[in-house]
Amino acid sequence: MANPKRPGDRRVLWLALSFVVAFGLWEAVGRWPLSAAFPPFSQTFLAFVRMTADGSLAKAYLSTAQPLLIGFALCGIIGVGFGVWMGLSHTVEWFSLPIFIILQAAPMAAVVPLVTYIYGIGLTSKVLAVVVLAAPVIVMNSYKGIRNTNPSLVQMCRSFLGTRTQVVLKIILPHAAAMIFTALRLGLAMGFIGVVIAELLITPTGIGDLITYHSSVADFPEMFAAVASIVLIAAVTIHALERLERRLFPPEVRGS
Amino acid sequence: MSTDAIVELKGIGKTYETGVDALRDVNHAFPAGKLSTLLGPSGCGKTTLLKIIGGLIAPTTGEVCVKGKRVDGPGAERAFVFQDFALLPWATVLRNVAFGLELRGTPKEQRIEIARKFIGEVGLAGFESSYPHQLSGGMRQRVGLARALTVDADIILMDEPFSSVDEQTRRKFQEDMLDLLRHRQKTVIFVTHSIEEAAYLSDRIVLLSARPGTVSQIIHPNVDRGNKSPDEIRRDKNYLDAVDEIWQVLKKYLA
Amino acid sequence: MRVFGKRIPLSVSLVFWFVVWEAVGRLGVSSIFPPLSRIVAAGMTVLATEKFVKAAEISLRSFALGMAFALIVGIGLGVLMARVESIGRLLGTWVNVFVSAPISALVPILMALLGIGETTVVATVFLFAVFVIILDTQVGIRKADRSLIEMARSFGANGYQIYTKVLILSALPEILAGIRLAAIRGVKGVVIGQLLVSIIGVGELFELYSKHFLMEEFWALVIVVFAFALVVSEGIAYLERRVEFYAGAR
Repeated sequence: MANPKRPGDRRVLWLALSFVVAFGLWEAVGRWPLSAAFPPFSQTFLAFVRMTADGSLAKAYLSTAQPLLIGFALCGIIGVGFGVWMGLSHTVEWFSLPIFIILQAAPMAAVVPLVTYIYGIGLTSKVLAVVVLAAPVIVMNSYKGIRNTNPSLVQMCRSFLGTRTQVVLKIILPHAAAMIFTALRLGLAMGFIGVVIAELLITPTGIGDLITYHSSVADFPEMFAAVASIVLIAAVTIHALERLERRLFPPEVRGS
Repeated sequence: MSTDAIVELKGIGKTYETGVDALRDVNHAFPAGKLSTLLGPSGCGKTTLLKIIGGLIAPTTGEVCVKGKRVDGPGAERAFVFQDFALLPWATVLRNVAFGLELRGTPKEQRIEIARKFIGEVGLAGFESSYPHQLSGGMRQRVGLARALTVDADIILMDEPFSSVDEQTRRKFQEDMLDLLRHRQKTVIFVTHSIEEAAYLSDRIVLLSARPGTVSQIIHPNVDRGNKSPDEIRRDKNYLDAVDEIWQVLKKYLA
Repeated sequence: MRVFGKRIPLSVSLVFWFVVWEAVGRLGVSSIFPPLSRIVAAGMTVLATEKFVKAAEISLRSFALGMAFALIVGIGLGVLMARVESIGRLLGTWVNVFVSAPISALVPILMALLGIGETTVVATVFLFAVFVIILDTQVGIRKADRSLIEMARSFGANGYQIYTKVLILSALPEILAGIRLAAIRGVKGVVIGQLLVSIIGVGELFELYSKHFLMEEFWALVIVVFAFALVVSEGIAYLERRVEFYAGAR
């Protein structure tokens, strides 16, 4: 008698299948003499293994992690704080909202060369690149989390004689917590983007260096492997955060 | 039971920033210990008026007096039950019911005890650790009612409490609510758009006119609840007369 | 914000900051921030130069081409993935990976494959934009009102009609939301692509002005590009608001 497959099993199956199809395609396209610069999956994978084994990947990420984590920590604390302040104070909102709306839509990467020429090519510039790209998203989402509080809950609290402090602490902040987590998740994604841009534009260090170097000596499998690794790491980290978010703040408990 | 006015409305008017005149010159005295209903055509401002009485909205003109003293905001003597329940989605039933006491700084053990008692009284014993999203609409409304009861206010304001609930649940809920409130000599001011509900539950009905709302008529159903069953009450002559009387008045606003 | 009880619109806030910028610039607080008036003047001059016009032309062209491809592929794939479950499951993981991935990491690969030129930038724009469109189109089609489809079937609609007369329109608000996000990303794609390729377009100009510390020209260009991003974004947002009710009561 066949065992009925649990939904989790099926999902894993599809996941495996999508990997197989994607890598299979990659292999096929790589072998096709389309471009010398496009190595098949197998070669890329081998290069990946090589680079992990000889520690070059690890060294690169150690270097990349610095501006990323520093920048993200800065953004996270200041950004969330400011976003919350914006949400709670109409005056602050009035002064800051137009600016952050623009910043969110704008290609902040344009500012990175300027940052470089002012602050040099060291860690500071890279941290700033991360901050400049991640801050708008974190601030705006924290702000929205506060602003979107259900007015009915606020009124209810007031009807039971809640003071403004109680309204903020017991209603607004718990309610905004979910969106603040989202803000941090999105901010981290932007942080990854920022650090990669910084490393490709400013001075190659870390993973940017690996990519640029291998590109310049036409070691395409190594280059692809480096690129794939950063894409993978970003994807896995963000996905993990998403799952955490869904566990901490299931949709029913978020309310609206 | 005293029939002194416990809530008095003097010249209440409300105009919104958009220029819409919601209420105009509403004057009324609500007697203590009775269940009064605000009834009227759609948009007549009955919820607005209830929130003004509750101190959640400020009137543009006029004043609200509770027990002879003017009030400008919410107060400990008035408790509000919301149409959309307004329960904290991230808190258990127990915490939600105790929320009013939590805001007042009642010590934790005490408020848990009081909350448990009222959770039992509204028929939700056993659900203390459940979350709002796990409950049906009717159950959520009971949580809202229990919360209002814990703060021991003299006046309970209910904003269409049964409109989000299905018919069978509604009738049962009405019975239970009547039982609960009768024994406590609370004053209840109730907003509904259901004529039958108003006639069934109320000691008196305040009919509001169409926008801008003002008091159009007061109706006393005089339904003798006595030893009658709910079904018998719904065939009581006074009940049927009251329903008809209300309908005749409201019909005019529909034309 | 209220002053004397009257609400002041947000746009005045921007004006306030323009004034502050002008003041700060005149005070000479930092050579990085010249007064706004000089920036505007420099901007006017720059806008007229042939160099800028050419850069703008190339950038706009890359943007438009990249977005066009992204729209076609994105909406097409999005619809396919929403309606055919197997394709949805197969590709879904990858779309999710690339939506939040640092796509700029892929630009060196694009440069290696497509050379140093406009093609790479177009490809960059395409990659920046397409995944959001796929995702939001999928969501929009999935959320489309089932009862509308049933209704259409009951009146004898065939497959094609259901798509064109019901599904796409019901999903339109969501699709437009995706396009708006994609357009913003597209602008970022043009700038980042050109910065990395570094010999054409506005990216090149940014690099140039930064290097020679021509702050007035730099900020003028920043304002132009930022304004463009904003206009495109708000334009689509306007369209979104107009078709919001297509989604019906969800």
